[in-house]
Order: sequence, then structure tokens, then C-alpha cells
Amino acid sequence: MNDHTITDPLPELACQDFVEVVTDYLDGALSAVDQQRFEEHLAICERCVAYVEQIRVTIAVTGRAGVQGEALPAELRDGIRDAFRNWAG
Amino acid sequence: MSDPAETTAPQADAAELRLVERLRAKDEAAFMEIVDAWGPSMLRLAKQFTPSTAVAEEVVQETWLAVLDGIDRFEGRSSLKTWVLRILVNRAKTRGTRERRTVPFASLAGHESEGDFHAVAADRFLTEDAKYPRHWGSPLPRWEAQPEQALESAETLTLIREAIDQLPPAQRTVILLRDIEGWDGPQVSNALDITETNQRVLLHRARSKVRAALEADFASAA
Repeated sequence: MNDHTITDPLPELACQDFVEVVTDYLDGALSAVDQQRFEEHLAICERCVAYVEQIRVTIAVTGRAGVQGEALPAELRDGIRDAFRNWAG
Repeated sequence: MSDPAETTAPQADAAELRLVERLRAKDEAAFMEIVDAWGPSMLRLAKQFTPSTAVAEEVVQETWLAVLDGIDRFEGRSSLKTWVLRILVNRAKTRGTRERRTVPFASLAGHESEGDFHAVAADRFLTEDAKYPRHWGSPLPRWEAQPEQALESAETLTLIREAIDQLPPAQRTVILLRDIEGWDGPQVSNALDITETNQRVLLHRARSKVRAALEADFASAA
């Protein structure tokens, strides 16, 4: 392997730093300079592309992990309904 | 802190405005429908701020009463559910502080965003003296392209709920509001009375841990 370190396209952002700013990136909270660095890194680093995709999938699947099939305790539900009838009465 | 009115989150749509009209007309069936649909997640959220389930249940009941008393003032600038949850969070926070058995949310939020954090374990990266310092040292296990049935299976959703339950309370509250309830950053930082930066650090830590839990699970299944 040719070891021309000087011309090697070492991205400015190391992967270890990249993974710590993914949330900022997705929220559009990076400065213009940092956003450009992030996107430059993304353009050449397959593993970080996969990492961002994993975070996106994590967000999407978490969105389906809300409380499901659970009911309020009966007493609480009755209390709320009584409060409604009081209010409506 | 930005004005909640400036949020990018959805406003009430036509179906919701019709629901609001039914509530204003004192329609019990319409009311109980949303109590049943939103009640369990309200209870879960209230528990994040209160010392006991009993107090959380009281907060949920008080919130519904406040919703009814305030329904004429609802302007539809946020979705109805977001408006209801904001009332809930305010009451739960006040109640939690008054009980004095829980640490104020802002201190938790500050504490949980301090110190070193690694979204990915440090030993997964090359060391400083490597040719590509601090770049991935080993391939990232690829689980994200699984078929939807695997990603959204009951087992996976249970795993995510467990991972969220294990988070420290402020991180848990932020991920519940952002990624389960779908609030945006300004809405969450406003409701919780923390800075947007603090909110984002908590979200980052929470999401990273949930991703790691998914990776561990899919890697062991592979």
C-alpha cells in the first residue's frame, strides 16, 4: 500500500467525533463550518454513513415504541369520567 | 428560549378541531376516547417527575380537569395532544417539586449531561497513534437494513422500551417527548425549562444508548 500520508485524504473530522455530533446535525444545530465538515466526512466514510442510518432507524423504531395496549387503572378512569360529568353537569 | 408558537411541530388539523368542538359541546364519548388513547402515555410521562404512581395518577386526573376548564382557550397552534401534554408536564413538575422527594428536573438535566460520554465505546476506534487516529477500528455491525418485520417486531419494541426504562430520568423524559411524542427541540426545552443545548445533549445520550441496545441485540441474534 502506498503510504503517502501527506496526500491521504484524511477527513478533518475523526469518526469518534463524528458520532458525537450526529444529534446536533439531525437537529440542524451545527454551525455552517461544522455542518460542512460533517457532510464532507459523510461523503467519504461508509461506516459513518451506516452509523447515521442506524440512528435514523433507531428514531423511527422508537417512535413506534410508545405505550401500547395498556389501559388506565379502572379507578383512575372512573375518577376522570366523574370529573367530566361534574364539569359538564 | 424560543416562543412555543414558533415551533415547527404540527398544528391542530381539521379532525382535531372537530374533536375540540365536541369537547366544548360536552360530548362524553369524545372525551373518554382521548382519555383512553392518551391516558397511558400521560401516566408514564407524569411518573418521570413524581415520587409515586399515586401522585402521578393525581396529576393525570388534575390535567384532564384543567384541559376541560381551558378548552375554550385552546387556539390550535399546537396539536391538541401536545397542548394536553404540556399542561401535564407543567403540573407534574410543580407537583414533583412540591413533594420535595424528587430532585428538581433542571438539576437532573444538568447532572445527566455532565461528564464524559461515548456514543460508541472508545475501544471501537483506532488510537491516537494510528495512521487514521480515532477512526473506526473495526467494521460497524450492520443491522439497520433488516426487514421491517424484524425492526418493528414486538420483541424489538419491548427491547426499546426496556432500554428507555433504564435511562436516567431526564434523558428518558427527553427521548419520550422527542422520539415517541414527536415534539421538536424548542417544544421540549420550553416545557422542561432547560436550554435547547441541554435538551439536545440529553437526547443524544438517550438515542445513542438505544442504538447501542439495538446493535447488541441484533448482533447477538446474527
